[in-house]
Amino acid sequence: MSTIRNIDELKAKRQEILARKAAGNGKTIINVSLATCSIAAGGRAALEAMQDEVAQNGLTGVEFMQSGCMTYCYAEPTVEITLPGKAPVVFGGVDEGRARELVTEYVMKGEPVEGIIPVNYERVVL
Amino acid sequence: MPATTTDKKQIRIATRNCGFIDPESIDDYIAIRGYEALAKALTMTPAEVVELIKTSGLRGRGGGGFPTGVKWGIALGNQADQKYIVCNADEGDPGAFMDRAVLEGDPHSVVEAMAIGGYAIGATIGTVYIRAEYPLAIKRLRKAIDDARTYGLLGKNIFGSGFDFDIELKYGAGAFVCGEETALIRSMEGKRGEPVTKPPFPAQSGYWEKPTIVNNVETFANVPAIVLKGADWFSSIGTATSKGTKVFALAGKIVNVGLIEVPMGITLREVIFEIGGGCPDGKKFKAVQTGGPSGGALSYKDLDVAIDYESLIARKSMMGSGGMVVMDEDDCMVSVAKFFLDFTMDETCGKCTPCRIGSKRLYEILDKITKGKGTKADLPRLKSLCDNIKDTALCGLGQTMPNPILSTMDTFANEYEAHINEKKCPAHVCTAMLTYTIDPAKCTGCTLCTKVCPVECITGTKKQPHTIDATKCIKCGACYDKCKFDSIIKQ
Repeated sequence: MSTIRNIDELKAKRQEILARKAAGNGKTIINVSLATCSIAAGGRAALEAMQDEVAQNGLTGVEFMQSGCMTYCYAEPTVEITLPGKAPVVFGGVDEGRARELVTEYVMKGEPVEGIIPVNYERVVL
Repeated sequence: MPATTTDKKQIRIATRNCGFIDPESIDDYIAIRGYEALAKALTMTPAEVVELIKTSGLRGRGGGGFPTGVKWGIALGNQADQKYIVCNADEGDPGAFMDRAVLEGDPHSVVEAMAIGGYAIGATIGTVYIRAEYPLAIKRLRKAIDDARTYGLLGKNIFGSGFDFDIELKYGAGAFVCGEETALIRSMEGKRGEPVTKPPFPAQSGYWEKPTIVNNVETFANVPAIVLKGADWFSSIGTATSKGTKVFALAGKIVNVGLIEVPMGITLREVIFEIGGGCPDGKKFKAVQTGGPSGGALSYKDLDVAIDYESLIARKSMMGSGGMVVMDEDDCMVSVAKFFLDFTMDETCGKCTPCRIGSKRLYEILDKITKGKGTKADLPRLKSLCDNIKDTALCGLGQTMPNPILSTMDTFANEYEAHINEKKCPAHVCTAMLTYTIDPAKCTGCTLCTKVCPVECITGTKKQPHTIDATKCIKCGACYDKCKFDSIIKQ
């Protein structure tokens, strides 16, 4: 990694990252909440179950990422799935069974799965 | 799945990135304009940055609510060969976890904001005082700091501006008092975590007797947004005196337990019922403890109060760091006050007498009341001791410790009186005052209760109503939980 020496270099770096991310467009992104509490609630097990299901079905267009707290303690573990060209959807109560179902039903067929948490906030984007 | 409204009551500024970006990826942060606020701030003069934060109306989110810009301005005005900026990540209120959520979900926002604050006051060293019980937050914060160094966003001559800044971590051992800024600074210096009298304020003489600014995690998390979106945008959200949003940790008897970020001025009703989904099992909402052990209880009478720093203080509570513990009809307010006093009694550092001895005496009186041994003289004694401690304790911990008692004595005076005069706990929580009896009309004589009673105080013939020997009963409630015919009466 090279040093960013001024604001122009920062902006160039940003464009480079955005371009790299854009190249991944067309992929399904599975974002698993992995804060301390989410991990305690079984977030890592949900991640592993989904990774396993993706591998078993030979899916190549799926990318996994981790994030912090999604704020829904009552519904942990929580997982956000963004299908290509669709708005992200957050699912709660993702135990191992639901994790596998999310891959086989929602990711592979686009079929709705139980546990959708509606967006009830406005996120400030800088 | 509990019902959630789709009506957008929440605005996420401090938690804007939590759950959306990979906290361990600096590139994820840069992709959403990370470190642009720092770059912008470095093109301004320190005084301009201070002025911007002042104009935004941002106030300390750790509880006190002191205007952040004013605090920065004091440190900027104090000349010294070295100044420090400190991030207070010693989150300790029971039921509060928003700082951990921010550090685990978006550590770069805090790193960037500390650099901005450092530039504004003239500090080249930032320190995060974080409790050792937060290992994942520490790991992610360390990674964020290391990555920022690699990119040259921390270190010497940041963005070619000539400004040097770096961040180190100090671990707290989990003492509640170390969230108080003077105790925190002493702990950072390797001394015993005890508060000292102010003035001098840390902004004049703090860490190693140099001007030091201590800000809370959530306060910092707001700063990059203010720098990029402007003071006017930030101050357009909130009430006349409290700008922006506040993150609350909703816990206790509430359907949607979780973190919420709401604009200042939102009503308690909106928080509890529209966002929180009310109390589980259709129970009646009774009160919410805000501000943890330093705060007080807002009751069902306060549902339409617009929440901000001033309205909470007017109700003998305080914003605190943002814990909201919800209580329903089954909670006894005297026991709740006792719970918080038990906490402060454990956590008092012992330096000043009002706090050290006062907390113990307050706890003893409450304990006596909940055991059915309270007398009429206890209430005025409790009140005057509370007032004395408020006036004489050295630091915020002691001064606010009586709040849970004062606020519940105010709103739930009838509960205190019932405990003392009638020797009854209206919520049926205080076991010493409970009696269990059997309703002969409902009892079928199934004998189930006789089998679970650990002291064998329930007798009767099969298929005939049974009776409980009150002199032997230890009030464990096992029979009450087991009876299938609701024939056990708890009073």
